[in-house]
Amino acid sequence: MGILKRLSGGDHEYHRYIGKKWLALIALAALLFIAILIALSVGSSGISLSEILRVIFGGGEQASRTIIFNVRMPRIATGMGVGIALAMAGCVMQNVLRNPLASASTLGISQGASFGAALAIIYFGAGTQIANASTNAITFTNPYTVVIFAFLGGITTTVLILFLSRVTGVSPSVMILAGVAISAMFTGATTLMQYFSDDNMVAAVVYWTFGNLGRAGWQEIGLIYILSAAAFVYFILNRWNYNAMESGNNTAKSLGVNVNTLILVSMTVATLISATAIAFVGTISFIGLIAPHIVRRFVGSDYRFLIPGSALMGAVVMLAADIASRMIQAPAILPIGAITSFLGAPLFLYLIIKQGKRR
Amino acid sequence: MVEIKNISFSYGRIEAVKDVSFDVQAGECVGILGNNGSGKSTLVTCINKIRMPKTGSVCIDKHDTHKMSRLETARRISYVAQKNEISQITVFDSVLLGRKPYIKWAVSQEDMDICDETIDKIGLSAFKLRYIDELSGGELQKVMLARALVQQPKLLLLDEPTSNLDPKNQYEMLALVKSLTVERSICSIIVIHDISLALRYCDRFVFLKDGAVYKCGDESIVTPETISDVYDVDSTIEVISGRKIVVIN
Repeated sequence: MGILKRLSGGDHEYHRYIGKKWLALIALAALLFIAILIALSVGSSGISLSEILRVIFGGGEQASRTIIFNVRMPRIATGMGVGIALAMAGCVMQNVLRNPLASASTLGISQGASFGAALAIIYFGAGTQIANASTNAITFTNPYTVVIFAFLGGITTTVLILFLSRVTGVSPSVMILAGVAISAMFTGATTLMQYFSDDNMVAAVVYWTFGNLGRAGWQEIGLIYILSAAAFVYFILNRWNYNAMESGNNTAKSLGVNVNTLILVSMTVATLISATAIAFVGTISFIGLIAPHIVRRFVGSDYRFLIPGSALMGAVVMLAADIASRMIQAPAILPIGAITSFLGAPLFLYLIIKQGKRR
Repeated sequence: MVEIKNISFSYGRIEAVKDVSFDVQAGECVGILGNNGSGKSTLVTCINKIRMPKTGSVCIDKHDTHKMSRLETARRISYVAQKNEISQITVFDSVLLGRKPYIKWAVSQEDMDICDETIDKIGLSAFKLRYIDELSGGELQKVMLARALVQQPKLLLLDEPTSNLDPKNQYEMLALVKSLTVERSICSIIVIHDISLALRYCDRFVFLKDGAVYKCGDESIVTPETISDVYDVDSTIEVISGRKIVVIN
């Protein structure tokens, strides 16, 4: 009880209750640390845990250092960054759109971003595939062009969704159906683009859509983290506004929230970070949907805890999916997008069934 | 004192509220009455700036709320909606949300004390850490009232606060609003359908018809003629145990 009191700053029964939420966040951080250690030790070169710890603290063999710093760490950093970005974006979208099924992938924002990225790769020379069969990597000759195009693709979807939800006042479930329609439109457009481009470009785009954490360099990773950090600050500053939104738009307004501005800015920021993440690693679905819902089970709908909790959980789930993608068919690495879809789709179905029962 | 002057609002071309004016004194409950679609709820949301009225102003102690930021308005006017979206948060969290217009970064001891005091006053102490989605309709409505009260408003707006409640909870809720209005010397505006309940708990009445004020005044304006004109029903008003009851014939 002493720890709870120290964490929450008082001995009111409510403080003890809040202290438990802090403990949940600490437990999540510990889980993330463990996931990082496991992800560092999984790989074809079989480096032991003790060697990994030696490398982290500045020792170890040169070969191990090279593998850990040049291969595994960028991969883990990418996974965490993408997980954090997608999960935070999903968490905030679910709040401002008043829809538990909202996320970048279910609203078609990912597909819009993919279309934008493919457009940049094929027609604007922003990325080319290296002719290297072992890595199949795409080099982004201009990563910022890819991000800008992905963002434009994503934001187009966001504008459509906001238009539908605000102006025509459609119900939350119809919003997801609109997402399905928009996804189909963008997927169709991407297919058409591939149809008219050469084999190498098609291979690059198809490979890109699988989702691959190994493709981002430190520069791209840095950009994901900078944008996610800025988004985190904005989201946290608005945590009470999001809590107020949980009671409905009218009550939120009566509590002093500028609802329209909050929705607009939050959706733009959430689109920016998810589109950036998607631009660098490809389509990774359902993280934005799963992570906030898992965390909600432990901390409820209190955005003071839900936002950081979702970020941590997004990172954990991404690392877990990455570990799975590298272990299932080792030494081959399975596309991470497929793994997250396998994890996310059942949860998506579960949420639909739960919603149905509530009605 | 609250002065509502010349409020008008339209949904596209349809005029929902037409040039509505009245005032509310401190410690007074004013009942807004009228048919479905007469503009009662729209009027309340205009007073609160949830909808921005086309014309008119709302002055609280001579300060025009339409010149204030939303946050400043929230420190003066609080609102209990007709329907509440409920999520997985506790009663205390839900009430604490009413302190949002005052919270800068962290929750202060003063915020905690105000919430504790209000929760005790409303009789929800036993439910403090229960999730609001586990509460009954009556308990939930009390939580929403507690949230509105911790905003420490000068004007309390209630949009059909008793529409989903059983008779016992209806009386409890309105008695609570009435006593708190007097005790805290605030102004309360209650949108209400039940005229007998309004007669029992409100000091003055505003009858709306087609978005405009039909009549405004004390209980002397609540007559079978007014009810017939506003609701298009034939009624008589009986006095039973010293209370006026409206009987629809």
